[in-house]
Amino acid sequence: MADFHNLQELRHSASLANKVFIQRDYTDGTICKFQTKFPSELDSRIERTLFEDTVKTLNNYYAEAEKIGGQSYLEGCLACLTVYLIFLCIETRYEKVLKKISRYIQEQNEKIYAPRGLLITDPIERGMRVIEISVYEDRGSSGSSSGSSTTSSSGR
Amino acid sequence: MSAVMISRKVTRKWEKLPGKNTFCCDGRVMMARQKGVFYLTLFLIVGTCSLFFAFECPYLAVHLSPAIPVFAVLLFVFVMAMLLRTSFSDPGVLPRALPEEANFIEMEIEAANGNVLAGQRPPPRIKNVQINNQIVKLKYCYTCKIFRPPRASHCSICDNCVDRFDHHCPWVGNCVGKRNYRYFYLFTLSLSLLTIYIFAFDIVHVVLHIFDIFVVSLTPRCTVLEVLVCFFTLWSVVGLTGFHTYLISLNQTTNEDIKGSWSGKNRVQNPYSHKNIIKNCCEVLCGPTYPSVLDRRGVMLEDSSSPAPSDASAASTNKNSNPVSQTTKSSAPLIPNEHTPDEAKPGIGAGQKSASSPKEEKPLSPTSPNAIAPAVIKESTH
Repeated sequence: MADFHNLQELRHSASLANKVFIQRDYTDGTICKFQTKFPSELDSRIERTLFEDTVKTLNNYYAEAEKIGGQSYLEGCLACLTVYLIFLCIETRYEKVLKKISRYIQEQNEKIYAPRGLLITDPIERGMRVIEISVYEDRGSSGSSSGSSTTSSSGR
Repeated sequence: MSAVMISRKVTRKWEKLPGKNTFCCDGRVMMARQKGVFYLTLFLIVGTCSLFFAFECPYLAVHLSPAIPVFAVLLFVFVMAMLLRTSFSDPGVLPRALPEEANFIEMEIEAANGNVLAGQRPPPRIKNVQINNQIVKLKYCYTCKIFRPPRASHCSICDNCVDRFDHHCPWVGNCVGKRNYRYFYLFTLSLSLLTIYIFAFDIVHVVLHIFDIFVVSLTPRCTVLEVLVCFFTLWSVVGLTGFHTYLISLNQTTNEDIKGSWSGKNRVQNPYSHKNIIKNCCEVLCGPTYPSVLDRRGVMLEDSSSPAPSDASAASTNKNSNPVSQTTKSSAPLIPNEHTPDEAKPGIGAGQKSASSPKEEKPLSPTSPNAIAPAVIKESTH
């Protein structure tokens, strides 16, 4: 399997082979949480622990954004008193966390997923319903391969 | 270079969203199509308050206290702000599934159903999830091609799936859902207070006038009009506020209440309730402000006049227009064949391409990797 060193290489020499969708986990209610079950399609592409770490970190971020506690009460009451005009000036906590998530996903893509020919799409682009993982194949290779993720590609 | 000189018409994503919503202010405002009743609401509130400020307040300010009109103004501003916030915001619309996601879900369903004999009706598309020790059924939405999250429902008037769908309110001209429920509740609450306030001071005004020796003015007629409007409004709005207070304390939606989802028969209980009135109220009213996932004002690059500078931007337009062209025009999601998922995967792109509606220009598996890149960058740096 091809080893893509970065997003640039991914772009220039890969074609989209497949997309894997990680669904939401509703066992704790309607909070935003994704299933950490490792999809079989990624078996040969990435280590299970890395994948689970990513999803768990994302889940933690969302839990932080949706936490109902002192800070959210304060924000809610303050906003209500100002007739919600305060949101024209400041960012809500949720928006701040979404930015953190976006940066995290970018970083994960660059460091971990792109070198393995994968790309994570931010869930907010998919209505917070799924984590879409695009699986790329090296253009030169035919069909899916079963090589380990550490083998390096021949020069392209 | 000509490609740079020709001005591009900026198309924003809201222009291509499916569903029956109307948008104003370049996508900042989102409402349902029928707005007639909303205008009536506006007229009634603004009209009654104008009469009150014009005819009652001068008298009351002088004879009783200047604080009365001041408080009325504050209350009026709050009511209008809440009304506009409820009417103009995204209630929590769930975007429709893109073709790849729709296919993925279809494959899962097919795998779960196994072999269905020809002529036999396939089983209903339902997923069971366990939430707080309660089995909740997630239904499949044939329009949006997704399994609806718990508490979401499809609004037939707006033709959208809405998260934590409460009801479609014609008075505010919008659906009431997760994102705008608290504004709706504050609107009904403040409107109740305003109505009671105006009603009370109208009565006070009339009573004072009876004892006033110099009773020669036009005011009593306006007062009577205001009293009438307030009287009829009172019953409905105060009743509605009371009903929603009850729902909030139980953490239920109007939709669930009407359907009797958690009515208690068959030992079915509301899995979302914290079993504590204060906690339920706090969650609904003081919970986090959820973001809109629609990205109405996101820009879709469209070169209407210039030749495409590169395959990239043309393809990225098409890629961005995927949620767009995902309308009900395309028929049921396509499984190219009944083969195993491994075989079907490479075939998805090709199969979709051949069978999609003419509007959808984009092939799902673009041949040029450059095509993916700008869109991908856009997504990752969103």
